[in-house]
Amino acid sequence: MSRLTARFDVQLPNFHFQIALDVPASGITAVFGPSGSGKTTLLRCLSGLERSSTGFMRLADEVWQDESRGLYLPIYERPLGYVFQEPRLFPHLNVRSNLLYGFKRISLQDRRVSLEQVVDILGIGHLLDRRPHKLSGGEQQRVAIGRALLTSPRLLLLDEPLASLDIERKREILPFLQRLRKALDIPIIYVSHAMSEILQLADMVLVLKAGRLLTSGSLTEVFSSLDLRGLRGPYSIGAVIEANIAAHEPEFGLTRLEFKAQSLHVPLQPLGIGEPLRIHILSSDVSLALAPVTVPTSVLNVLEATVIEIREVDQATVDVKLDVGAPLVASITRKSLVKLALKPGQRVYAHIKSVALSEELSD
Amino acid sequence: MTIGDADLTALWVTLRLACMTVVVLLIVGTPLAWWLAHTRSRFKVIVEAIVAVPIVLPPTVLGFYILVALGPYGPIGRLTGLTLAFTFTGLVIASALYSTPFVIQPLHAAFEAIGKGPLEAAWALRASPLDAFVTVISPIALRGYISAIVLGFAHTMGEFGVVLMVGGSIPGKTRVLSTTIFDHVEVMEYAQAHALSAFMLVFSFLVLLGVYIANRRFPIHVS
Repeated sequence: MSRLTARFDVQLPNFHFQIALDVPASGITAVFGPSGSGKTTLLRCLSGLERSSTGFMRLADEVWQDESRGLYLPIYERPLGYVFQEPRLFPHLNVRSNLLYGFKRISLQDRRVSLEQVVDILGIGHLLDRRPHKLSGGEQQRVAIGRALLTSPRLLLLDEPLASLDIERKREILPFLQRLRKALDIPIIYVSHAMSEILQLADMVLVLKAGRLLTSGSLTEVFSSLDLRGLRGPYSIGAVIEANIAAHEPEFGLTRLEFKAQSLHVPLQPLGIGEPLRIHILSSDVSLALAPVTVPTSVLNVLEATVIEIREVDQATVDVKLDVGAPLVASITRKSLVKLALKPGQRVYAHIKSVALSEELSD
Repeated sequence: MTIGDADLTALWVTLRLACMTVVVLLIVGTPLAWWLAHTRSRFKVIVEAIVAVPIVLPPTVLGFYILVALGPYGPIGRLTGLTLAFTFTGLVIASALYSTPFVIQPLHAAFEAIGKGPLEAAWALRASPLDAFVTVISPIALRGYISAIVLGFAHTMGEFGVVLMVGGSIPGKTRVLSTTIFDHVEVMEYAQAHALSAFMLVFSFLVLLGVYIANRRFPIHVS
């Protein structure tokens, strides 16, 4: 499987950015971290806007930068698409000319994406003859994404493309990004500090802190890692689970999901049997029991689990990492931990009080 | 007869001088204004101050130094043996120096307002730096260019002190409208002075009017 490999070391006015990464060159890799952690710098280095004197970057079998051999492709010679935080549309050109600006600058045999395709994916057909200032923020950002796609990029860099938009506009663009992931087979590096966007879109996650790579891995791995409690945000994500629709129970308004021989109930979903659905569970919504439920209870979702690791959070709270077929973190009180005498390897039952769908999160 | 052949010749010299000055300043001023808008160098303030000096300096002072520099014993004269003082070329050099701030400053302001955003966007869309400058930056900076051209042109047409010092008002070569008006007044030819002055007044007004109309018609939206 082809990979994106890069090493950068840049001394910026206020911090030292030093990173080595190696991620699959496919799907959406989210770059996550607090502001000032170097997320944008990473994109600028990958694009070639920022030059690291000892930098190295290779996408699949193409090396774009290898300073040890004096190789450095300037940004305008790299087949990439870059969508900035602000749309940066050209004000003197209409939407069509903005879309075609990069398209006209690549050779005929490199044109794998057509104007019709982009207009269709992004739903911007009715805007083509307008000037950028006549568009809403969401429309402008869609055009900016389309303009980048029309250069048939081999790598797409998105720098918080939704950050400047309100909730409504975000709802408008997110589905387009999801369609994009399915429609185009190119790696996307997606910078965001919005948990909901990452949970909906990402396959891989890179976590940055103070110019360093704190960790990287699949969405599931990263968000169930006990080391990252502080970064999991106000929701304290306990698990991200990729499940499939198993059955609908319309009489109760529920849908049953299946993953790794376990099942979960969520509110009725407008999806067909077998379709994938990404859900997440907050660690504070998980409680643990030593025995299977024998008395009637209102809790619907009970998963068989094995304790993997126990980590103290503060005086009162501990995080217990479980294996339920996928990693799951439960935040329980230290008192409960002592009472249950939990140890790694132990068999427990995780009661899930609430399952959220990524779409429901807002920031 | 109020306007004679000599006056028409002076008008022609004036227009040629103004056009040449603006062209020279656009060629030299565009990269300089671009540098000023984007550099983080500590020399930036020094260059800015040098560019602005002609605004506050009496034209005769500037004219005097240029005259010395372009004369037979100035640095250029010694190196090349050319005496540019009292020639049309010398006049263009002097005018360009004197009108520098009026061209540089609008361009500088325009480039600064645009910032690096559109440029980086154009690069990311495969435009080389020159391509990006021509197809993105220049059109967005159009108002800045119009201001620079008009101010540079009008300021050159109206200058007197530097022109007199460096050019010496030689008919057909360095005699321009402003010095012609002065010459007419000196010999009490008020009718001719009136005609040329009125022409200058109406011309300046029409040029500015045209610019403002053009700005209203084709506004550049930067959002």
